[in-house]
Amino acid sequence: MAMTEQRVSYTLDSSLETIDSAEEKATRVATELGFADDEIMQISMAVREGAVNAVLHGNAYAPDKKVTLAFERTGNELVITIRDQGKGMDLGKIPNPLAPENLLKTSGRGIFLMRSFMDVVEIRPSSTGTELKLIKHVHGPTAGGKEASQ
Amino acid sequence: MTMKVGNRQVDGVVIVDCSGRITLGEGSVILRDTVRDLLSKGNKKIVLNLQDVNYIDSSGIGELVSAFTTTKNQGGELKLLNLTKKVNDLLQITKLYTVFDVKDDEASAVKSFK
Repeated sequence: MAMTEQRVSYTLDSSLETIDSAEEKATRVATELGFADDEIMQISMAVREGAVNAVLHGNAYAPDKKVTLAFERTGNELVITIRDQGKGMDLGKIPNPLAPENLLKTSGRGIFLMRSFMDVVEIRPSSTGTELKLIKHVHGPTAGGKEASQ
Repeated sequence: MTMKVGNRQVDGVVIVDCSGRITLGEGSVILRDTVRDLLSKGNKKIVLNLQDVNYIDSSGIGELVSAFTTTKNQGGELKLLNLTKKVNDLLQITKLYTVFDVKDDEASAVKSFK
């Protein structure tokens, strides 16, 4: 784990345990930043879905590939970055899970849920891995305890 | 908290009381195995009681869909009972609320089977 005052990052194995661990870390960070309970759930779930994608679809459980997870408080935002070391993904092939023909599919809802729960979701695939950035705006007056006074 | 299930029969309907988390890994596998086991024994009227399920991820949602379609494909019916607010919200967001037959009391859930 590497840590600065406003940023914390982790390098994690490509395992199921990483998914649970990422979710727990997200819950802890969001709680410490003063997010409301429903927002904490949203952030935790978005991170869990991002970690699932990194471990399963990105690194495909490869023991030699790592997932990096970083939380950063920048201004009035919580910025979460999840990187894998997989082969990237084709953004054009992400299905719309709300389309009638996809409603009964058993997968394909992870990115949709992330987009439902976070203010910004950016996906940057490359041949050496995919970087996922999740952003949630900090609303509460006590969030982080470091609101700028202007 | 891992997922736990317990089955009971009410007027020819199997109520599966689920508790914990239905997530990628153990939770999803337990649900899958439970429904498949019930179907293999000829139980085609199944109610998943989700009253004590406090968390479902996208894999868990997929497992619910799989349980629903597997049961339907074998000539049975699978309904959901007692959704928590979190699970209810997830099914609304994903439009699956329109797919599942969702009940909020056990007696009417049991009676609703033909």
